[in-house]
Amino acid sequence: MTSNVSVEQNIINSFLRLDRMPHIWCAGCGIGPAMRCFIKAIHRAGLDPDKIAVVSGIGCAGRAAGYLRLDSFHTTHGRALPFAIGLKLGNPELNVVVFSGDGDLVAIGGNHLIHAARRNMDMTVICINNFNYGMTGGQLGPTTPVDARSTTSPYGNIENPFNVPYLVAASGATYVARWTVLHARQLERSIAEAMVKPGFSFIEVISPCPTLYGRMNKQPQGLETMHEYQKRSIVRDGADPKDLDITFDGPIVVGKFVDIERPTFWDQYEQLLDRVSGKEN
Amino acid sequence: MSEDGVLCGTFFMNGDVACAEGAISAGCRFFAGYPITPATEVAERMSERLPHVGGIYIQMEDEIASMSAILGASWAGMKAMTATSGPGFSLMMENLGLGVMLETPCVVVNIQRAGPSTGLPTLPAHADMMQARWGSHGSYEIIALVPSSPQEIFDLTITAFNLSEIYRVPVLVMADEVVGHMSEKVVIPSISPDELSNRRRPTVAPEQYLPYKADGDLVPPMAIAGEGYRFHVTGLTHDEKGYPVMTAEAQDKLVRRLVDKIRLNRRDIIRYDEVDVEDAEVVVCAYGITARIARLAVQQARDSGIRAGLLRLITVWPFAEERIMELAQRVKAFVVPELNYGQIVLEVERCAAGRATTLLVPHMGGSVHLPETILKAIKEVVQ
Repeated sequence: MTSNVSVEQNIINSFLRLDRMPHIWCAGCGIGPAMRCFIKAIHRAGLDPDKIAVVSGIGCAGRAAGYLRLDSFHTTHGRALPFAIGLKLGNPELNVVVFSGDGDLVAIGGNHLIHAARRNMDMTVICINNFNYGMTGGQLGPTTPVDARSTTSPYGNIENPFNVPYLVAASGATYVARWTVLHARQLERSIAEAMVKPGFSFIEVISPCPTLYGRMNKQPQGLETMHEYQKRSIVRDGADPKDLDITFDGPIVVGKFVDIERPTFWDQYEQLLDRVSGKEN
Repeated sequence: MSEDGVLCGTFFMNGDVACAEGAISAGCRFFAGYPITPATEVAERMSERLPHVGGIYIQMEDEIASMSAILGASWAGMKAMTATSGPGFSLMMENLGLGVMLETPCVVVNIQRAGPSTGLPTLPAHADMMQARWGSHGSYEIIALVPSSPQEIFDLTITAFNLSEIYRVPVLVMADEVVGHMSEKVVIPSISPDELSNRRRPTVAPEQYLPYKADGDLVPPMAIAGEGYRFHVTGLTHDEKGYPVMTAEAQDKLVRRLVDKIRLNRRDIIRYDEVDVEDAEVVVCAYGITARIARLAVQQARDSGIRAGLLRLITVWPFAEERIMELAQRVKAFVVPELNYGQIVLEVERCAAGRATTLLVPHMGGSVHLPETILKAIKEVVQ
């Protein structure tokens, strides 16, 4: 048993920039466990790490790029997706993964998110949703549940949050899933599936932020919150994306919601190139 | 057209189209853009032509995304470009800074129109010359070239790619609406591969590779994604490994190098040409379409017995300060006509440092100077 654990840890370590440890994430944060699932997914899918590129934006989750021993790009706030699009089209052989947070991808990067999904860009997006802006000190975001407190909604949030899987599914994503960080096996399997599947894949990871969102909403212990999120979840593969709203303390529907086939941007572009060069009539 | 789809021959085309062809001749195979007058024809031409050379055209959702996408493509090994005008140029400033910080070769074309804000979308100005220098936050140096004709925008787009590859910096082509939209003869030569520069690549094994360890010219060799180097780059202040370091010392070391790699190599970067400057008592310092009008004014001044000359700036950034300083020792005055209310004149004034008079001939944009207006200014300063 011990040897299995150490074998697994050796695999994990081989994907980490150990010279950058310790990381900046708080005790009880969910980003580390999600990153571990990502690493295990690469291994599970048998992908060549030299051909994987990770792009992050800004924020706590955005720091993942800096800890992964892969070609990794820590870009500007919200712009991981368009940067990743350039990278992918510049070298279609790359397996491009965007690992970032809800504020980065859904707020400031929201426009890029819907357009990347619409184009069915062949990439995988891992979106850590901790319901607030962690790096800047726990402010309200577009995923903060109604009534939740944050440092900029001290009287409770009055804004309706995005149902993110519904947003990306409606925009054209061909693979959409949601798990909490304690659904480690399911999350790992989803990431592995997403990385080998052509097209725009989106995985939302519900993750605690004990230091900020948690402290302000009476959930100061990360591990307890992870258990609470898991307890609140209902696994419903194939659930209609419109039914995936997250409320302050209601059920969290998790599972794989969308897994469909549609030509990717690159499929269409290759056809265009053939048409232009006269290879296709 | 040659077999590989790159144009070759003599054409009648507008500046925007010539810019696109210059990019293709330079080896650009990735264009991300967003429609905006008067730069749209660059994107249209690229969308038509890139598929013929196996390149990629993508229309992004905005100029922020366009700028980000060309950086990504550059890190995949492509020569990449975007083109825009004032409002889009403002949106690009955020990721232009990332391009500077990550040291990413790429070319950004600004076919300038009059501002502020939406301004005069279809009419010319040189309103973004200082934005080109200072528009993104932080301390940095950049390279900006200004063409005066469709032929020159073709030539300078190639130069822009070469400089961006050599110095690993975004290079700006700061044209104006007149140059973008006027049609003239453009000669497209057959360009041999040795006329094109390519970024230096690492020669060490991946374990030994330090992404930001610079060579003697202060430019580090650049790995690209997917080749096994497994490097990390970040917009945060970083060390030679590319790792974030949040100290004043790391900041000092990095910013000095980013700035000095341009400053200390300025003699290889700066380009200008001169007409009748040898014996001049008045030098008109102009750029873009204005330089062509100034040339007529200088001729007219000579005809009326005034020893006038023209210094036409081709690079505005880095600025040709040594040349202005030299000239300031012996000329009486500089006349600086600009399609704005005084931008490059501030640099001329700084370099003249009181040794020669400097006179701005402003024009807020929307049309161009009359030669008479510049001539009048020349006559005024010699009195």
